[in-house]
Formats: sequence, structure tokens, C-alpha cells
Amino acid sequence: MNGLEAFLLTVIAAATPLLLAAIGELVVERSGVLNLGVEGMMATGAIVAFAVALGTGSPLLGALAGAVAGAVVALPFVFLTQLLAANQVASGLALALFGLGLSGLIGEGFVGQPGVRLARLDIPGLSDLPLIGPVLFGHDVLVYLSFFMTAAVAWFLFRTRAGLVLRAVGMNHHAAHALGHPVRLVRTLAILFGGLMAGLAGAYLSVSYTPQWVEDMTAGRGWIALALVVFATWRPLRVLAGAYLFGAVWILGLHAQAAGYGLPPQFLSALPYLATIVALVLISRNRILTLMNTPAMIGQPFMPDR
Amino acid sequence: MRTTLKVTLAAVALAGTLGSAQAGEKLKVGFIYVGPIGDHGWSYQHDQGRLAIEKALGEKVTTSYLEKVPEGADAERALERLARSGHKLIFATSFGYMDSVIKVAKRYPDVKFEHATGYKRAKNVSTYSARFYEGRYIIGKIAGKISKKGMAGYIASFPIPEVVRGINSFMLGAQSVNPDFKIKIVWVNSWYDPGKEADAAKVLIAQGADILTQHTDSAAPMQVAEEKGIKAFGQASDMIKFGPHAQLTAVIDNWAPYYIQRTKDVLAGTWKSKDTWGGLAAGMVKMAPYTNMPEEVKKMAQETEEAIRSGKLHPFTGPIYDQDGKLRVKEGAVMSDKELLGMNWYVRGITDKLPK
Repeated sequence: MNGLEAFLLTVIAAATPLLLAAIGELVVERSGVLNLGVEGMMATGAIVAFAVALGTGSPLLGALAGAVAGAVVALPFVFLTQLLAANQVASGLALALFGLGLSGLIGEGFVGQPGVRLARLDIPGLSDLPLIGPVLFGHDVLVYLSFFMTAAVAWFLFRTRAGLVLRAVGMNHHAAHALGHPVRLVRTLAILFGGLMAGLAGAYLSVSYTPQWVEDMTAGRGWIALALVVFATWRPLRVLAGAYLFGAVWILGLHAQAAGYGLPPQFLSALPYLATIVALVLISRNRILTLMNTPAMIGQPFMPDR
Repeated sequence: MRTTLKVTLAAVALAGTLGSAQAGEKLKVGFIYVGPIGDHGWSYQHDQGRLAIEKALGEKVTTSYLEKVPEGADAERALERLARSGHKLIFATSFGYMDSVIKVAKRYPDVKFEHATGYKRAKNVSTYSARFYEGRYIIGKIAGKISKKGMAGYIASFPIPEVVRGINSFMLGAQSVNPDFKIKIVWVNSWYDPGKEADAAKVLIAQGADILTQHTDSAAPMQVAEEKGIKAFGQASDMIKFGPHAQLTAVIDNWAPYYIQRTKDVLAGTWKSKDTWGGLAAGMVKMAPYTNMPEEVKKMAQETEEAIRSGKLHPFTGPIYDQDGKLRVKEGAVMSDKELLGMNWYVRGITDKLPK
């Protein structure tokens, strides 16, 4: 394996969980809901995926269960913000804490056990090509799914009627309601989708990235995904670019250290955040375009008049 | 974001975890941990020590713990809470609790405090730590023998003396069998981020290291080593399950003997404030079984372990030069504990610059 290949493979591994979680949150925020609970849903997805994979021997089943678990822990958030119109920031923070705590509780018996790794898809012939083979064809299904979902979400939001409705709900819920669109149903579905994707991101951590479970293994990735969505101005392809840029600078920093260039590691650790923010701010300079993409209703509760 | 999160978490923990330690005349022993006990590393090993107390002295003692207690004002509240609820012996298991321990100890003169890895003591405050560098010298020697390329990858957490001392000890051990041994160091700026540790491991392997060691807590690097077919050393606890073909041995934190002894001292009324820095001889540092290595390397490792335990060998025996070629320890001299505790330079042979 040569250096470039190893580099690209590690970048993909580092970017995938961010991309999965961020794409889910993008849909949530496009519908006008701010769910800060990504970290908690990820943590729950991670432990459930790990436990199911270990119990059944099937990491794929584990990943599926992790996704479902992510959506299930989002249910109280749905209840609070959609039925009771509670404050979304507070409810989201509560979800983040709840998910982390819950994962610790479920995971108590799983500390120190090696997990099962998701198999890499091997396409005979193609996977053996030099460089392109392993980089394009040697991943597990979640990596491909992250790309597929990015494309699917972009298509859904901008090319389908349902996507238009979702964006309308996020832009002006009163208008959408007046037109007869079910605002709260749309938002509920969006939140559950966000939960599924965050759960998958967590599952990726515990059945592919590092097949083990330890408490707090998400290590802040949910928060990074949240920030990515905002800096990418709620556009799927920019989220993709942001996640990969973050992953690339992150891995480059480690390479620079190992090569002994003498750069301060504290600076290198901060660099991925800095680089991603700068890059995404630069490509989002057009204020009008940014405003057009900003869901105006974000964080505002909606109660239909009775 | 993360700091606020942790503070809130601690508040939740404070409200929740302090469990049911209601028992008549039993001695109440309290612990505060900086991480979750589910970290399978530092805090987990301290909790194993707590469980060992319960097992050994369960009839006379009850224990309780608070986990995820951040260093700073929250630690003071946690300690205060333990002291007020009748705990007569309290272990504070992270360096950053130091000032909080001293403050709270003043207010509760009849409560005994034990602070791990610190240096401030009082009449009712003891300090204790373990000489992990002894174990790191042994794994350095093993690495020197096993590595075909003569290059190790070292995943480090933060550039504090404890970690720098470990790197130097590892390197001195490796150089004692292979004078040209090389080391590549990656600082991940975290004690605990499995994903980042795994990334660092992959990067180090890509840059030519064929043996890995770490001063971070998760078993992720061990899993990477297993997958890539290279060798690695476990950290804090035995990680053989994560690397059945990769783990050569592990430097294990073993607090149980110390915790049991100190609890017995309180029960017997003989507890006194003191500083303990124990290593292999005290049983505070333990080596996991030597595996996946040829018989002669195993023998060398065992002999080194025995020599350190019996006091015949001190890893930091001169001559030791720093990386600029300055003589730091004279021929035949042994570095003092004070110098060891404040170590902030690399030994000769490490080409990296030490981050400040």
C-alpha cells in the first residue's frame, strides 16, 4: 500500500461519520427545526449497533439497529418540540445529554469487548486495480451509503415536490400551513430522518471506524456535524465538501506530526476546524444566495391555530 | 461546546450517581473519577481498585463514586458532597483535582484524602502515583528487539512530564538493544478519542513504523495493529482481546494493592499523610503476559522486569544525554525523583521537537 492510498483511505474513514450525521441534520434544519441532540443520537446509535452486532454476529444488522435507535431517542424531542412547542435549543441539549447518558447505561456490560467489523465490499477485479481499486471499491457499505444519501437528499430537496414542501415549511411555516401543508408532520418526519442518519453515523464508529465501544466514543463529532451544516449554508454538496476537507486536514495534521516537521500539535489539532470554517465561509460569500438557503423558521416553534 | 457539555453532565452526575451507601458502622470510602468508568482506561482502572476494596474488605467498608467530574470548581463540590455525606476516606484520581482536594481537606480535618499524581500534601492529604516508566522501559527493550525496521510509532496525549518521561524511558530501553532505534511521535491532544487514536495509528504505520505504543486510553490503536498485522503494546489495561496476535504485553495500572492498604490503615487508625510513588516492586505497575514474541525476547523482558523490581536496574541511569547532546545524568548516577517528575526534554536519538 503506498502513501497516497493510505492517506485517502484514512480521510474517507474520518469523514464518513461527519457526513452521515450532517446530511441528516441538514434535512432537519431545512424543515425549520434546530436539533442540537446529534451527539446524543450518535452515541445511542453507536452502542446499540455495537451490541446488536455482537449479539447477532452481523454488523449490518447492527448498523440498521443503530439507525433505528437514533430515531427512537429522537422521539421525546419530537414530542417536546412538535406537540408541546417547547424551546428547541433546550430540548436539543437535553437530547444530547440524555443520549450520552443512555449509551453509558446500555453499554455498561460491553466495555472491554472487541466488536465485529463491517465487511468491506470486494468487487473482484475492480478492487485489485492499483490505487483506484482500494480507494474507490474497497469500502464498507456505510461509506457508499453516505455518498448515496448526499445525492439522494440533494435530489429530494431540490427536485421533488415533497422536498419543496419541506423547504417551504422551513422558510415560512405560517404560509405553508395556510396552503394546507402538514407542518408538524413534515417536521416530525425530518427529525426522525435526522435521528436515523445520526444513529448510522454512530454505528459507523462502533462497527467500522473502531469496532469497540467505550463511553463518549463520539468525542464531539456530533457537534462538528452540526457546525458543518451551518457553515455549508444548508447545501448538501457543501456539507460533503466540508466533511472531506475536515477529514483531509485532520489526517494531514497527523502526517505532519509523524514526519517530524516540528509544527505545534495543538495548532495542528485546531487546524481542521479553522480550515473548514474559512473554506466554507469563503464559498458562501454571496449573501443573497446564503439568505435564500437559510431556513428562516429555524428554531421557531409552530402551533397551528385552533 | 464540549466543556459546557461536560459541566452539565457533571451536574447531572452529581444529582444522580451518588448512590445508596447507607450502612450502619461501616467505613465509607469515596472516589471521584475524571472520566466515565466505561473508558476502559484510566478511570476504569481506578474503579477496578475500588471494586478490589469491596471484595477484600466488603464487610467493614462501603464505597461510592462520582464519575465524569471535571477538574475545577465541580471537583470541589463533588469532594465536599462526599465529605459531608460521611465518607472518611476519599480518593481523588486526577492531577487537576489537586487544589480542590487541599481546599476541601482544610474544611474536613477528620476526613482522609488521597490524591493521585499530585504533589501538594497536608496533614490529612496523601499523594500517590505509579512509576509507569518502569514498564515503558521494558516495552522499549522488547520493541528494540522485535521491530524489523527499527522504528516505533508512539501515540501520545499531552506534552506533560508524565508522558515525556514515558517516551524517554521507552527510547532508553529500545536504545539499550538497538542504538539506532527511531521513534515517530504523534500527539493527539486527547486522553481519549478512539477514532483519532486509530487515525494516528494508521498514519504512523503508513510512515514506516512497524510497532506501536501509546499513552492514550483506548484500545483502538491495538485493533489497527491487529488488522495491519503488526505488533503493539497495551496501555492501562490488558488489551489482548483487541489484539490477540498483535499485543506483545501491556503496562497495566494496578491500584488495588495501594487502595486496600490505605483503607486498612484507616480502619486500624494508622493512616498517616505520605507520598507514595510505587512501581513494579509495589505492584502498582503490572506487566500483562509476554505474548507473540520469540522465547529469547520473552526471557530478556522477564529478566529486565526482575532487575527493575529488585532495584538492580533503574531505567534512568547515566550517562544520559538530551537531544542536543548535553549530558543530563552522569555516568553511573541515577536521576532523582524530583528531576523525573519535572522532565521536559527528550533524550538523545529522538529527532522530534518537544511541543511546549
